[in-house]
Amino acid sequence: MRKRYHYAHHPFLSSLRLREIPYCVITKIKAYLERRSTTCQVVRMQVSMKLEMKDSPGQLVAAIKPISDVGGNIIAVIHQREPDQDTDILDVQIVLELPEGRLEKLIVLLKEQGVHIQRIGEERLLYKRTVILIGHLMHTDLSDTVDQIDSTGYAEVCELSMSMPAVNERSSSRITIKALSKTDMESALAILRKVAKKKDLLMIEPLGEIA
Amino acid sequence: MKVALIGMGSVGRGVAEMIAKKDLGLTITGIADSKSGLISDRGINIAKVLATKKKTGMCGDSTIPAIDVIKNADYDALIEVTPTNALSGEPATGYIKAALNRKKHVVTSNKGPVALHYKELKALAQKNGAAFRYEATVAGAIPIMHTLEHGLAGNEILALYGVLNGTCNYILNRMADEGLTYAQALMEARELGYAEADPTYDVQGIDAAIKLVILANTIWGNGVKLEDVDRTGIDLLTADALRLAEDEGCTIRLIAEACPRRNLFRVSPRIIEKSHPLVTQGTLNALTLETDMAKEITMIGRGAGSVETASAIIGDLLFIRDCYVQRA
Repeated sequence: MRKRYHYAHHPFLSSLRLREIPYCVITKIKAYLERRSTTCQVVRMQVSMKLEMKDSPGQLVAAIKPISDVGGNIIAVIHQREPDQDTDILDVQIVLELPEGRLEKLIVLLKEQGVHIQRIGEERLLYKRTVILIGHLMHTDLSDTVDQIDSTGYAEVCELSMSMPAVNERSSSRITIKALSKTDMESALAILRKVAKKKDLLMIEPLGEIA
Repeated sequence: MKVALIGMGSVGRGVAEMIAKKDLGLTITGIADSKSGLISDRGINIAKVLATKKKTGMCGDSTIPAIDVIKNADYDALIEVTPTNALSGEPATGYIKAALNRKKHVVTSNKGPVALHYKELKALAQKNGAAFRYEATVAGAIPIMHTLEHGLAGNEILALYGVLNGTCNYILNRMADEGLTYAQALMEARELGYAEADPTYDVQGIDAAIKLVILANTIWGNGVKLEDVDRTGIDLLTADALRLAEDEGCTIRLIAEACPRRNLFRVSPRIIEKSHPLVTQGTLNALTLETDMAKEITMIGRGAGSVETASAIIGDLLFIRDCYVQRA
């Protein structure tokens, strides 16, 4: 399950045209993915939702089944029914965690089950920044570049897309880094800047708020 | 008000044409290009001079050099629009000093003197009770200097960032829209006259960095120099990089940014959301100021062009007329 998620969501694989790259590079990519599929944790996020459903048999299951279908875990279900309430509409508050990127799917599945989502609470999202690196990425050991971030323990490369026009031409890649706090993100970016400089890669950063 | 015009390139001709065409109350009493000069205290016939320039390549008498016009003509304000030399700032700096020493106001579009000798020229102007204005040096027709000086008076400017080089903006737009390589987009920019034969000055971010230096000195008086700006150009960008940005709803722009509190003075290609106000089409310039009271202010406009630059110069001239000449 975990492995499938990785492959399916890794633009690294989907953006590569394997026919166009030499075998040694393929070996490297394979090694890279295998290493990552065992060491990289699937990024999860926590969401709270307020659902509205009819107070009839099977409704709660209708709401809960899609959550497990997308690989989520339910942390809490708070379901209150005012004793004097004369409507048959029930409000249920659910706190759940699920693999990142699955929320949209969950919303669709819930709607299909006839569950009305009143409100989606704040997602506890990780800090995410995307940079572009241009240069001889493979020759300068892409695994090592990624590892410099992953080995920090507080930040990790969670997405990598790349395009390699020809063996001796400079390639371009888009790398998304996640970290738990702004400070961690800054430190991770500082590391990547240093690595890029050392490996003679052009690093393009996003324009953020600067004042 | 009487003015002397030094420099008859695209900008100089634009200024002369607008003064002739529009009833602005400006009379040109001295005019010079790199080879000749002309002085007439009663006013020069601009149409005639422009025709002569077109025919012979000279605007006046080859025995009268520009410096003679500056030193001898009867004028209130000097319009200095000779080509920029970013390294020496000459001959423009010499011209500007000669006029200021005669207690004449100076308006320039020349980045060299302002970026290299800002403090000296400002002090010289003040000593002589003359105005020294340079609206046209940064972001062409966008009235950034007037905005800073008057519109945002009393605001603390916390940071600024913007697209200050139209050539790079054009190249990046073409790479993103058409998937052109950097070399192809540059060639196209050259054919359209947006890029010089030697594009280094634009594509390596030097032009944007010089404009950033002028803005930083104007706003914060911090003496920042060109070598203090951390600079990366667009010449190593790939079409793939733009496509990778595009996949995320973003694009890449050459952004000049300054934030003195963080000691940040940088020109670099950046990933930016396509819906961001600084993402503009063609050769347009755009600039955002972050201030304490007004918060963010963004201005977008033409960064180059003959008449567009003339707009900035004439704005400076009329400001001088209203605030200095008429009161005197």
